[in-house]
Amino acid sequence: MRVPLSWLGDYVDLPEKMTPKQLHAALVSVGFEEEDVHGGEVSGPVVVGQVLERTPEEQSNGKTINWCQVRVAPEGHLAADGGADVRGVVCGAHNFEVGDKVVVTLPGAVLPGGFAIAARKTYGHVSDGMIASVRELGIGEDHDGILVLARMGLDPEVGEDAKTLLGLDDSAVEINVTPDRGYAFSIRGVAREYSHATGAVFRDPALAVTPVEAAGFPLTVSDTAPLRGRAGVTTFVTRVVRGVDPARPSPRWLSSRLALAGIRSISLIVDITNYVMLELGNPIHGYDLDKLRGGMTVRRAEVGETLVTLDEHLRKLHPEDLLITDESGPIGLAGVMGGAATEIGDTTRNVLVEAAIFDPVSVARTARRHKLHSEASKRFERGVDTRVSAAAAQRVVDLLVELAGGTADTQGSVYDVSRPADPIDLPDGFIEGLVGVEFTRDEVVTSLTAIGAEVASVEGGLRVVPPTWRPDLTFPASLAEEVARIVGYDRIPSVLPVAPPGRGLTRDQKLRRSVARALADAGAVEVLCYPFVGEAANNRFGSPIAGSVPAIRLANPLDGEASYLRTSLIPGLIQAAQRNVSRGLTTLALYETGSVFLPKAGVAYGVVAVPPLGVRPTNEVLAQLNASIPPQPRYVSALLTGTAVAKQPGREPRFFDWSDALDVVRQISLALAVEITVRQGSHQGFHPGRTAELVVTIDGSERVAGYAGELLPAIGEDLKLPHRLAAVEANLDLLIEAARIEVEYVPLSSFPAATQDLSLLVSVAVPANAVLGAVVAGAGDLLESARLVDDYRGTGVEEGYKSLTFALRFRASDRTLTAAEANEAKLAGVAHAEQLFEVTLRD
Amino acid sequence: MSETNPITEEAVDTAVNEALRAVDSVATLVDLKVLRSAHTGEASPLSQLNAMLRTVPNDQKAATGKLVGQARGRVNQAFAAREESLREQEELNRLAAETVDVTAAPQQWRAGARHPLSALQEDISDIFIGMGWEVAEGPELENEWFNFDALNFDPDHPARAMQDTFFVDPVDSHLLLRTHTSPVQVRALLSRELPVYVVAPGRVFRTDELDATHTPVFNQIEGIAIDRHLTMAHLRGTLEHFARQMFGEEATIRLRPNFFPFTEPSAEMDVWQPHAKGGARWVEWGGCGMMNPNVLRAAGIDPTEYQGFAFGMGIERTLQFRNDLNDMRDMVEGDIRFSTQFGTVI
Repeated sequence: MRVPLSWLGDYVDLPEKMTPKQLHAALVSVGFEEEDVHGGEVSGPVVVGQVLERTPEEQSNGKTINWCQVRVAPEGHLAADGGADVRGVVCGAHNFEVGDKVVVTLPGAVLPGGFAIAARKTYGHVSDGMIASVRELGIGEDHDGILVLARMGLDPEVGEDAKTLLGLDDSAVEINVTPDRGYAFSIRGVAREYSHATGAVFRDPALAVTPVEAAGFPLTVSDTAPLRGRAGVTTFVTRVVRGVDPARPSPRWLSSRLALAGIRSISLIVDITNYVMLELGNPIHGYDLDKLRGGMTVRRAEVGETLVTLDEHLRKLHPEDLLITDESGPIGLAGVMGGAATEIGDTTRNVLVEAAIFDPVSVARTARRHKLHSEASKRFERGVDTRVSAAAAQRVVDLLVELAGGTADTQGSVYDVSRPADPIDLPDGFIEGLVGVEFTRDEVVTSLTAIGAEVASVEGGLRVVPPTWRPDLTFPASLAEEVARIVGYDRIPSVLPVAPPGRGLTRDQKLRRSVARALADAGAVEVLCYPFVGEAANNRFGSPIAGSVPAIRLANPLDGEASYLRTSLIPGLIQAAQRNVSRGLTTLALYETGSVFLPKAGVAYGVVAVPPLGVRPTNEVLAQLNASIPPQPRYVSALLTGTAVAKQPGREPRFFDWSDALDVVRQISLALAVEITVRQGSHQGFHPGRTAELVVTIDGSERVAGYAGELLPAIGEDLKLPHRLAAVEANLDLLIEAARIEVEYVPLSSFPAATQDLSLLVSVAVPANAVLGAVVAGAGDLLESARLVDDYRGTGVEEGYKSLTFALRFRASDRTLTAAEANEAKLAGVAHAEQLFEVTLRD
Repeated sequence: MSETNPITEEAVDTAVNEALRAVDSVATLVDLKVLRSAHTGEASPLSQLNAMLRTVPNDQKAATGKLVGQARGRVNQAFAAREESLREQEELNRLAAETVDVTAAPQQWRAGARHPLSALQEDISDIFIGMGWEVAEGPELENEWFNFDALNFDPDHPARAMQDTFFVDPVDSHLLLRTHTSPVQVRALLSRELPVYVVAPGRVFRTDELDATHTPVFNQIEGIAIDRHLTMAHLRGTLEHFARQMFGEEATIRLRPNFFPFTEPSAEMDVWQPHAKGGARWVEWGGCGMMNPNVLRAAGIDPTEYQGFAFGMGIERTLQFRNDLNDMRDMVEGDIRFSTQFGTVI
């Protein structure tokens, strides 16, 4: 809401020379955030001038300029800048004549945008000021050329201050009005709030007019389908004004205030309706009475009905839409926008004024359905004073008579089924118990009275009837807020509550932190990618096998190319890698932990209806709500590209490859204390020969928790990434589920160890860790540690075979092992491996 | 006249002097070994003189024996001393030869980093854990009831439309990306025993295009405390403590009236930033208020018995004014130069 200061000052006493900043500060204290300041950007000598001479001069660039002599002060008087009364001014526009009164900005004036006026040499003359256009003065965009005052209906004295004349010395503050306070979308409401903030005297503009009862205009209200049991219209006032002069321009004070309030001036009649809407908060609709066919009926739309609204759009109406109709059919979407057929135009002489109160729910739905969010719908959705319509209609009639030369007619109509607000019982001590401040009874009563409520003492407390413009006040806590804010939130003391002893982070939360920290410590950089991806990216990484992956699609994505929710973190990491590479950062170890969205194929997620507010759903319904959302496990993923070891003194460069991805898996496994078994595997988007499947055991059964290895080389190549991509993706929730809960402690043996190497010849097709596992299983408890130290292929080893060397360490808990015992255990390991694979012991 | 002594003092002196000269001249441990053998070994003059002692007349044996013994002692000692000094010298030479340029050390470990938004969320959570609160979580893709209705957003109230929600297709499935972490509050109230003191950090979503001040995906942390007899004074006390933990002991906060469907009374919280760039000022930090009775009812809690407060703030916004970051895009683009500036400590 934009509030012109001069307008506000009509209804509440403002200090002299109040600045927009001061006004903002006052309104912030009662709950209106400051947004902006408009206007007030013109300063210095800006005066009414009269063109005495105008000489067109053609320039070498083909342009014609006018060399003008302009009178800027009465003859013999000094001008406002202290200079001569007649000035030579160069002007590029041509839409004015000798004798026209115009606005002259003299040296020293400043125009919007900080444009300072000075005498300057141009086109062979010294231009001693400027003849201003509407645009240059910041009061409109819709005119080209010079502002000729006569065209605005103005004939001021030469030399007069044009800032005052045009309202340029006024400014407006813009405040943010929260959606519970529709009344503050009016000067009336803001003036009242200013008085709450400062104690200044408030004069209610709704009481400044005396509504006249009018009758005789046929009106029928027939709401056969109220929404949620609410009547579509509770008040509908019409008034007729005849004989208005459609040619009269809006007076400058009116159009200036509208402009500052952000409303475009259209015509005097329309401007008056808008003016009253801004002043009293009740949207007004004006009809050209001569275009109406018979009386009016307010009703819901019928299937198939249409309406061309004021914005020239043909609207297909919905049976929930509330309409204003006449004998010709729909002529307006109630509370949202009028129809084109009955629009006020430049031939309109007789006007029907409508001031009504429509149901917020009905207006909100219609506005949303037709994507038509108007000044009217904005106010009705938030609630308009249910008792202001008669005053609003009268105010329009008065202004049409005063400014447009009309005559108030006795014809009109009044429909009013509005009810006063339900009283709220406010028990003694309730506000103190909620706000934590010991308010006096006087403070409570005074505050509630100030906001317009009726307060009566009853046994045990107060009975409060909220004002008709506060539909948000329906329960005791809402009254507590009013008292607290009127007295001031600064009165609330500071008391630190003592929570019961907490249990700290859960095990899962600790482990999630642990893994995130471990990857950063291991040299990876955490990134947080958007979860929005394209279908192709999901299909490429979201599943081990080729095909379409079930995924959640957004109904209103920002980017149609990325309308799905991710089923894998890798596409986001690739995108981040691309961005880094494009910025010259080619060595990257990125990781992310975050949710992926994994709907199951064939399951219809969602619910048919949402339970109502303010009531706990049954356990059964809660279970349905919980089952309505797809699984969203947390994943941990990493992407590596570039150099694992950079080229530097004493080091040869080494590029990230599949093995680094498995090293990341090792970091994850250590951070979570989870045993992850690595197996040769395959997955969409991964290199078929360089991919591991990550397996964990939960409750005795094996589960694939993720993949690690190298991505298909083509993926990086297509994106013009300079190096190969290695990646890991694992289901973090699953890893945590599989993580060790307790350590099974083994006492340390202080007997000496016996170390032995073991070389085995085995087919290249047999994975090294399978051989290792077999040896470990066969060697028994004496084997303390076993590690692969070499994988040799080539001279001395038959084609198709490899020689694997393991370093073994044996130790007994109760004695010093002999070499023979260690050798026996080793051979037992070999024997076990021999049962599983074709292996040969090498010497 | 006594018998002739075969060992003359001159002979001993000569042997000693030659040995000491040799000690002086030797430059390496290898040479020292050779010379030591030459001057103290069996074939050395002193050893030979020593061997001759048995031919020395008895009356002179003691004196000559002492003479030769002392001579051998001097020579052995000289060699030993020389050996030690050469050993020291050679150790020094070896260490000198091993000198490296420590400023050109090759690097094995890369510098990794947490994302500061993640690190900050954890830090904030820890502040509340320190007060006995717990950390609650919930899904990012939510049922509409948890995101709106349970939080007292009327389906037809403009407050609901103002949340710029991402809806899941089809819209009538009533699923959405949560617009705030408040649904976690409802889940916490439904699942936990009273009293409840929890914070809920996490990602939220609004349909704002990415620019310098907006991002469609951002992070919030919300807190909720439901107990008997909690008032707005406790809300202020909690926020003030939090602000001091975040911004130092002098931090102060200000509450301004505001509106949220799920709280009444509601407030906006500002925090005083004495060292803000461009001058000390109040900075809008988050929203808060006393839990609306309808939210408690939605969780099956009797609002006449229990009441409490809730608050929430943007993590991005907090990081922005805490570290003077102007462009939101830096936080979301995944440029490694962003996170690495912060490292693993925020």
